[in-house]
Amino acid sequence: MEMPVPDPRVLSRKARVVSRLLEVLPADAVIHDERETRAYECDALTAYKCPPMVAVLPASTQEVSDVLKICHAEGVPVVPRGSGTSLAGGALPTADSVILGVARMNDVIETDYDNRLIRVQTGRTNLSVTGAVEEDGFFYAPDPSSQLACAIAGNIAMNSGGAHCLKYGVTTNNLMGVKMVMMDGEVVEIGGGHLDAGGLDLLGLICGSEGQLGVVTEATLRILPKPEGARPVLMGFDDNEVAGACVSDIIKAGVLPVAIEFMDRPCIEATEAFAQAGYPMCEALLIVEVEGSDAEIDHQLGLIKQIARRHNPVELRESTSDEESARIWLGRKSAFGAMGQINDYMCLDGTIPVSSLPMVLRRIGEMSAQYGLKVGNVFHAGDGNMHPLILFDANKPGDLELCEAFGADILRLCVEAGGCLTGEHGVGIEKRDLMDVQYAPADLEAQMAVKDVFDPGWLLNPAKVFPLGVSEGRRRAA
Amino acid sequence: MAREKHTPSSEAEVRELIADADAPLSVQGGGTRGFAGAGEVLSVSGLSGVTLYEPGALTMVARAGTPISEIEGALGQNNQRLAFEPMDHRTLLGVQGDPTIGGVFGANVSGPRRIAVGAARDFLLGVRFVDGSGAVVKNGGRVMKNVTGYDLVKLMAGSFGTLGVMTEVSFKVLPQPETQTTLVLHGLDIGAGVAAMSQALGTPFEVTGAAHDPNGAGDGARTMLRLEGFEGSVGYRCGALRDRLAHGADISVLEGEESETAWRKVRDVEMLAETQGDVWRISCKPSDAPHLIARTGSDQLQLDWGGGLIWMQVPEGHDLRADLGDFDGHATLVRADAKTKTELAVFQPEAAGVARLTAGLRSRFDPRGILNAGLMEPIG
Repeated sequence: MEMPVPDPRVLSRKARVVSRLLEVLPADAVIHDERETRAYECDALTAYKCPPMVAVLPASTQEVSDVLKICHAEGVPVVPRGSGTSLAGGALPTADSVILGVARMNDVIETDYDNRLIRVQTGRTNLSVTGAVEEDGFFYAPDPSSQLACAIAGNIAMNSGGAHCLKYGVTTNNLMGVKMVMMDGEVVEIGGGHLDAGGLDLLGLICGSEGQLGVVTEATLRILPKPEGARPVLMGFDDNEVAGACVSDIIKAGVLPVAIEFMDRPCIEATEAFAQAGYPMCEALLIVEVEGSDAEIDHQLGLIKQIARRHNPVELRESTSDEESARIWLGRKSAFGAMGQINDYMCLDGTIPVSSLPMVLRRIGEMSAQYGLKVGNVFHAGDGNMHPLILFDANKPGDLELCEAFGADILRLCVEAGGCLTGEHGVGIEKRDLMDVQYAPADLEAQMAVKDVFDPGWLLNPAKVFPLGVSEGRRRAA
Repeated sequence: MAREKHTPSSEAEVRELIADADAPLSVQGGGTRGFAGAGEVLSVSGLSGVTLYEPGALTMVARAGTPISEIEGALGQNNQRLAFEPMDHRTLLGVQGDPTIGGVFGANVSGPRRIAVGAARDFLLGVRFVDGSGAVVKNGGRVMKNVTGYDLVKLMAGSFGTLGVMTEVSFKVLPQPETQTTLVLHGLDIGAGVAAMSQALGTPFEVTGAAHDPNGAGDGARTMLRLEGFEGSVGYRCGALRDRLAHGADISVLEGEESETAWRKVRDVEMLAETQGDVWRISCKPSDAPHLIARTGSDQLQLDWGGGLIWMQVPEGHDLRADLGDFDGHATLVRADAKTKTELAVFQPEAAGVARLTAGLRSRFDPRGILNAGLMEPIG
């Protein structure tokens, strides 16, 4: 992965930058020893590593503002970091950068049940947002798989999704307001307890901008009353295509499940070996979950089973207890871990129109044979968000590169099928150089114009999202 | 005086028109919503037609000028709908014309169901637009989850034609529910009405509409709570919700079509149609609504979105923002004569930092300032 050459002027000023940072932050919040900065050398995309020049851990919006003012004045690139769980390299440092971690900012500022919102500092983890309100019967809906660890800051940066977004939407649909620090240290507030923008929808623009427009320190999030209950049904099919048709028929019938998860044979086999969830051995497995009271769930699952039967399932198993529900979800939730047991893997998240599912799966199978690399597919079928897991051996020379080439081909296929490169993980560095597969120069130019307005010096989260060649002129001019 | 009107029939013609323009263009869909900038009219009504509809994927793609009636007709045949329930402004504004899908998204028009399913902007998946310099730009796509690059889709939703002229939109649709029922609580004052709506929206019973009419067409105050879904489920939730509400009010029930009609009236703010005076739309934190209303002294009003959306009528030329003062939200002037709109500004002035970003974006997307010039800009 090509990264910009570190700016020697910045590197030569390290001592000065550190001493200025120490003027505004306590000593333990400024990490500059080379042994310690190594802790920030990568995020969950561990194939790429680069320790930052400095890492800082501010504890308030004011401190974030002070840090950014210094970096702005000194011309130092800043890489914002939530919990470092990005699968796309969204928080990969450059050698001349300051990592700005929000981990020390994790307070709940306000819970407001009358208006169904919670205001938190953005270092708070996704799951602990729900944790703050669940005793009162509420929850925060977006549920990325990393929700135990990932921070709201990163969720906002990547517009994170999750298994239940078919019904509840992704982060941008649940974000009501932010307090954000601009690269020059100015603090702006956008949105709040009200429901729509009074002017241009800057909130929607900020969400998913991968930390390149500002550092969000506080967020107002929509919370929802917990449903009375939820129950999954598991169904197995002999054929991917049939499973795809079943998904489409369920949606067309007017039932709106909260989740429709799909696993293919390689994935089923791996998870069975790993988690023994009791899955049937078949070509395609669907987990469909609905919510409501017991009677409502019965009714919806009744309709869903009726539709499934028309597609001759090899297995149709409705949960009758919490234990059974947990068992049905067990395999799905341990799918990544299971694949990781077999080998190193790369997880993609290209998204496709549901209708092209069978074609895309068939092509992925063909490519898998060509590349000689195994791939398992597990994904959110209701919204077409795929998660092909390509297995490779990191110790085998050339295997990572082969795997990346295969991954890039899968993503090109997703775009060709009418979909996109990434549904919920973000572009980061991982998909940066594929952006021109999906977007024409004018499309990228319009996005970069936004960056120009928010961060004219192009200092925030450098070398992410845009192909280096495309952004070079701007980065040099800045 | 009738203004010159351009009705291009292709994206290429839109691009040409904008690239060649040497004066402001007033960007419109059907021109039924009362938001217009200066200059000759550029209507997208010539770009019409659904280009792709996949009911099994809950997605539709249409040219920006496609009439809403055509979209709803196509969706209806598959028992689907625009779930964000876009308002039809024609009744309130007393205007003619054919509302378009581009206008709906350009103005981010959402109705009562916004409180449950999200706004127009939440359903918009992809756009094609021509920016103010004549460049054709696409963003997003036709899949429900897409975080590839910056989300210009959200930026375009509710940009009122000031950043570019949308030529094609793709959006998510949802199934029509089997039935609907509305609980009507009678005689609550505004504070109690908002409290009852908050309470209802805080239950797991999936209330998809929560509105309060303090006058109830002379019939006393009415607080309405809508439930939708499969018949058995609606019946169950209706009973459960009644049991949960602690308000002491009399309750009546509207079923099926009666319920639909009541919500159409709320959606289109019919109670303020054919009245004199200006109409404002206030977006606020629901629990702030009672004291905000008290600051204005107006009693010609309707609350939607559980109190988060107030429609209010005031005497012509009255500066409602001066009454409201500082609050968490904003007030938009929807119905007034041109002079008042110019004097008071249609949109709420933004805080300095935000205003700078907005102005920066506008100068990048429309460097010559020709698209709906003046509409979203601060006065002076």
